[in-house]
Amino acid sequence: MSDLPLIQADRAVPPPASTTSTGGRRRRLRLLSRTDRVVITLMVLVPLLLVTGLVWLPAAATVLLSGTNWDGIGPINEIEFVGVRNYSDVVNIYPPFVPAIQHNLLWLAALFVVATPFGMFLAVLLDKELRGGRFYQTALYLPVVLSLALIGFVWQLLYSRDQGLINAVFGSSIDWYGDSSVNIWAVLIASGWRHVGYIMLLYLAGLKGVDPSLREAAAVDGASESRTFFRVVFPVLRPINIIVLVVTVIESLRAFDLVWVVNKGRNGLELISALVTQNVVGEASRIGFGSALATIMLIVSLVFITIYLATVMRENRE
Amino acid sequence: MSTATTTRRPEGGPDAQPRRRKLTPLRVLLHGFLIVVALVWLFPIAWAVLTSLRSYDYTAANGYVSFGGWTFDNYVTAWKTAEFGQHFLNSVYITVPAVLLTLFLASCVAFVIARFSWKLNIVLLGVFTAANLLPQQALLIPLFRLFTEVPLPEFMSDSELLYDSYWGLILINVAFQCGFCVFVLSNYMKALPRDLYEAAMVDGASIWRQYWQVTMPLCRPALAALATLEVTWIYNEFFWATVLMRTGDKFPVTSSLNNLRGEFFTDNNLVSAGSVLVAIPTLVIFFMLQRHFVRGLTLGASKG
Repeated sequence: MSDLPLIQADRAVPPPASTTSTGGRRRRLRLLSRTDRVVITLMVLVPLLLVTGLVWLPAAATVLLSGTNWDGIGPINEIEFVGVRNYSDVVNIYPPFVPAIQHNLLWLAALFVVATPFGMFLAVLLDKELRGGRFYQTALYLPVVLSLALIGFVWQLLYSRDQGLINAVFGSSIDWYGDSSVNIWAVLIASGWRHVGYIMLLYLAGLKGVDPSLREAAAVDGASESRTFFRVVFPVLRPINIIVLVVTVIESLRAFDLVWVVNKGRNGLELISALVTQNVVGEASRIGFGSALATIMLIVSLVFITIYLATVMRENRE
Repeated sequence: MSTATTTRRPEGGPDAQPRRRKLTPLRVLLHGFLIVVALVWLFPIAWAVLTSLRSYDYTAANGYVSFGGWTFDNYVTAWKTAEFGQHFLNSVYITVPAVLLTLFLASCVAFVIARFSWKLNIVLLGVFTAANLLPQQALLIPLFRLFTEVPLPEFMSDSELLYDSYWGLILINVAFQCGFCVFVLSNYMKALPRDLYEAAMVDGASIWRQYWQVTMPLCRPALAALATLEVTWIYNEFFWATVLMRTGDKFPVTSSLNNLRGEFFTDNNLVSAGSVLVAIPTLVIFFMLQRHFVRGLTLGASKG
């Protein structure tokens, strides 16, 4: 693309790049004045220190702590390494762990199998430049502006046992948020409500970027609309598909706000994120144990973040 | 392409080409379906607004599926008992500096990444972008501990710690949100013409001037879009405020609602008035700056 010639030159250089590029860098840097070099260093260093100090080092510390028996109170030099004991404790003697894993997977499945295809379907419909398309779009992505915590409250007005609309209309007396056999579904509907709008928006942007000549060619060949979509448009949307996949996985892994406002992630609403929080800010401060839970989240998310970065970086280079 | 329908007002801006627009039964069905979906989507919000405008006594006596009992009292009561004034101020104290700082720091990094082509750029970009996608809970334990250890002078935080202070929340929001902005801005800046910098160099402009006076003014559209999004996100931020704040008075408005539910618990009319009050700033931003909001989301097409 219209990329800088220097990058092209860099890319032409085969993999053992660190040595060759430092040579190139030095040559370039010498063109700059000393002040400029200081300015550049500061411009990168200050934000880098902030992100390293508040995101990456804590992440590394979480992994380290997951191997210790630290209770969060005693002095750091008395910490003992206990190997994988925290992990085996998490799996074997921590009752909420299995439900939390199940709920996280259910969350992922619900967003991925129901909300995401529905959002994509709506995007395809809205891409037809319908009359009133703006109204439909706005209605659909309005929930995206609200915080998930607030969404929890808004849906309570429908779900509440004594004052909720659903029970009033159907004459039922189910405590949608409180009953541990149904509350996960109740929050999933609220969460999906927001997710659909978000996915719709991403696909709508992706569809607008599809080269119209592709569709025209397909139309000339007499392909039906659905055939055109699945055979022509969908493959072109590959980068968006990957981004949506990763966003959905990460969203379902990070899900927290909604269950926390409902009941702090207990009684049917266990999620890994809520368990970590309970173990740190709750009454029981079990640092090593909580860190093991957190490390599990971290590893799963890093796998998908890597996929994501590989996708977007490839996109950027092309 | 479209012949019979060109008289209709074209929607979606000048670049939107109206395609076939015959009113076939299929089209009617399509509109019917979309109207139903749109109304279903709007319904929870509309219901919250409706509930907030009715008196508790009336709905308690006649049920929520009834008509009447209109009042603004819930807003007055919610505002007073929940001290929304103070909580909105807290949100402003956190959101405004955090957004400005995020945009400033992110644009610095993005500028260096876009302006110079070093091998480290890809690493830098990765370090920032990935940080934005990590699950916050995975960092909670060390951060919580760190925040309770770092002292601040009393005039900055009456807890004398980073924990339970606005500063702590500002910093953590900036650290988390930088990644997204770096990603979007560096892409944007890479698309700026190279000649610009060559001309600036010839004129003897320093790096800082190239950043501040050449690049930043050109990035205004991207900055506007990002500012809109970041205001919404940081205002809506719930997790860090919940775990890194202790004093109820200092909670930003989004997370204060959770504390306030205790006071409201039997009165859904009050809960809905509170919810509407909390939602108003983001809704106003959304309707005023809708273009920026949508563009920002699709600029990055990525935010988790």
